[in-house]
Amino acid sequence: MADVPLDRVAETATTEVEDLSLHHPHSWLTRYVFSQDAKTISIQYTVTALVIGFIALFLSWLMRLQLGFPGTFAFIDAAAYYQLITMHGMMMIVYVLTAVLLGGFGNYLIPLMVGARDMVFPYANMLSYWFYLLAVVILLASFFAPGGPTGAGWTLYPPQAILSGTPGQESGIILMLVSLIVFIAGFTMGGLNYVVTVLQGRTRGMTLMRMPLTVWGIFTASVMALLAFPALFVASVMMLFDKLFGTSFFMPSLIELGTRLDYGGGSPILFQHLFWFFGHPEVYIVALPAFGIVSDLIATHARRNIFGYRMMVWAILAIGALSFVVWAHHMYVSGMNPWFGFFFATTTLIIAVPTAIKVYNWILTLWRGDIHLTVPMLFALGFIVTFVNGGLSGLFLGNVVVDVPLSDTMFVVAHFHMVMGIAPVLVIFGAIYHWYPKVTGRMMNEALGKLHFWITFLGTYAIFFPMHYLGLLGVPRRYHEMGEASFFPASAQMLNAYITVLALIVGAAQLLFLFNLIWSIRHGREAGGNPWRATSLEWQTPETPPPHGNWGKEQPAVYRWAYDYNVPGVAQDFIPQNMPPEAVPLGARPASGGMS
Amino acid sequence: MTAAVAFLVLLAALAAWWLSGQRLMSRPWLATGIVEDTGGLAHMPAAKVGLGVFLAVVGALFSLFLSAYTMRMQLADWSALPVPRILWLTTLLILLASAALVWAVRSARRGEKERALDGLLAATGFGSAFLGGQLIAWDELVGSGYRLADNAANSFFYVLTGLHGAHILGGLVALVAVTVKLWRSPDAAAAQLPVELCALYWHFLGLVWLVLFAVITGWAGDFLAVCRQLLS
Repeated sequence: MADVPLDRVAETATTEVEDLSLHHPHSWLTRYVFSQDAKTISIQYTVTALVIGFIALFLSWLMRLQLGFPGTFAFIDAAAYYQLITMHGMMMIVYVLTAVLLGGFGNYLIPLMVGARDMVFPYANMLSYWFYLLAVVILLASFFAPGGPTGAGWTLYPPQAILSGTPGQESGIILMLVSLIVFIAGFTMGGLNYVVTVLQGRTRGMTLMRMPLTVWGIFTASVMALLAFPALFVASVMMLFDKLFGTSFFMPSLIELGTRLDYGGGSPILFQHLFWFFGHPEVYIVALPAFGIVSDLIATHARRNIFGYRMMVWAILAIGALSFVVWAHHMYVSGMNPWFGFFFATTTLIIAVPTAIKVYNWILTLWRGDIHLTVPMLFALGFIVTFVNGGLSGLFLGNVVVDVPLSDTMFVVAHFHMVMGIAPVLVIFGAIYHWYPKVTGRMMNEALGKLHFWITFLGTYAIFFPMHYLGLLGVPRRYHEMGEASFFPASAQMLNAYITVLALIVGAAQLLFLFNLIWSIRHGREAGGNPWRATSLEWQTPETPPPHGNWGKEQPAVYRWAYDYNVPGVAQDFIPQNMPPEAVPLGARPASGGMS
Repeated sequence: MTAAVAFLVLLAALAAWWLSGQRLMSRPWLATGIVEDTGGLAHMPAAKVGLGVFLAVVGALFSLFLSAYTMRMQLADWSALPVPRILWLTTLLILLASAALVWAVRSARRGEKERALDGLLAATGFGSAFLGGQLIAWDELVGSGYRLADNAANSFFYVLTGLHGAHILGGLVALVAVTVKLWRSPDAAAAQLPVELCALYWHFLGLVWLVLFAVITGWAGDFLAVCRQLLS
């Protein structure tokens, strides 16, 4: 299609919209607890997910203590180790990353960035959070249930997930499945909001191609999540039936402790198909919002327009579509028709192309940019390095012949922690440092932030990079102690101990972030409305933090895309999206164009 | 996973059609000023778009269940259960409910409140009768010894009809709410959108039921056999 024809480009007064369509809260309870304001819901989501994140981090400490110093901690036996692994994985992937990136950032940023007053269905949006909280409570309840939480591994593969040899078989697995079902119901209500607000809630002039890439990322990820989570829902419901009512959807004929069980004829592979039909898109449900946010952080803090905006949008859409046809690359070891293996290896490698395009475009945005090494920028740069590293090992594992020997080793642990553990977490930190001033009106402490960055970035790199080596040696994953084997040297255990020490240090360093987050609410430097001098709409609100309804009397109108940084012939180095062309100050810029 | 992938391909085609109207090839860095949104959804009420997206999610849910069904039915222990005769009646009932809602939508558009109310009440009646019929079918099957856990075919039958029934129940709640709203409002025009939304939801669930019915009775089996041959 052609460019926007010039006759369409009309000068129009901003739209005055009645503020009456929103029901402003009247009591403390409807304002801060049962709030229908997307911004409050966002904070609720983020805080809850951070709490879960710290719990899951603590669980990983216990796992690392066992791996690094096997036998020293008597309470971490094999069963406890499996419970730790399962809860750490499921919490981090579903209840932390998905919840923060979509429920947290989606709720805060979508309405503000597209110039809306709120989400389109605020009541469903509120319910979404309360369902999420309920899911979290059910999940945490399994720690106190008889038999403890499930130790089935985060993939919950049947038949072992519901057999008596697996810890948490009594009630942990039931609570896990119920919690997932509740989470998915809640997410669907939120996801409808994120998608329809982008479709129908954009303000005047905000065409799709003028949206910041953050919105593109969260939007596409929400669509994917709406279509992928049902697979997990189906798998959970069917497994719940197998467990509670003795059906045999997934359960084959089995003899357990000498007794033949009533199950018969079911297919564990069927569960794997359903699980990974959700599981692989989930990787990109986490990655796409991170991609979008990183694009905006880099453009803002390098004072340059994003390189190849259209290509970035197309790449997001291509990744979103492709991610639904790669799921079986998680099942190479389960065995499949070689043609299927070939197909899924090919799609897996193809998905690297749009991903690589995005990486190149970030680098080219930075190239000759006016780079300000602020804390958000540091995290964005850290993300690129970590993500490229994790993505490259993904190319190894996408090939069937390479995956089969590596699949059950620490190499896979290193790969997915780099690419979908650490990389998105770095983005989440960067985004919190970046948007914190909008949420609270104050800056987070920069010195503490930089310290937090360097410990986290270098530390996680030092943790997970050597883990690839352990994997190549053949050190198995999922084992609660490495044991002795002829194919790896005794020094491998030393490397394990070193990783554990680092994990303890990096984990503890997150308290710096927590302290900074809380301390800055009252003691941070006053930020003003637009401390990063950014162009997108959320920084142009009349008040900071924005009140319910966001925009006061007048919704903004949008005159340009979100990346007008350092436009030649303009007196300031950024032009807000809602600045009409005639208001743009022309003229030479002072030599010290940027300041940090 | 053929059914699920086919459903997603359908959605992808819809998304591609919509995106083709969104000027994805434009160069946003060149144009300044207000550009009016021209996309295909620009003038649709948000609630309708929201329902459309929700139905896509429901469709994904059922297509995934059907994928699981087709994979599971190929295994050796599968033994299909007899289809209770009453399912023919309930199929008729759900179609009648849809027809009543078509009537209600037309009347609401014309502003004929009484007729619209008749349509809604009829739909509520047919819908409730549908649910009752499904329960009778369950009762018959259990009575003749086809219990939930005996065979995967039975398990799928109860889970699929149960899940569909739960969605119907949600639809009934919405129908009653809209009926009350229309009954209380002075003119039919105010309730036109909710009536349309109800109708859309019911038509979709009717469609889902027809597919489920075809699969359960085994008519879809021949079609699926062809699909399997194509893949293997």
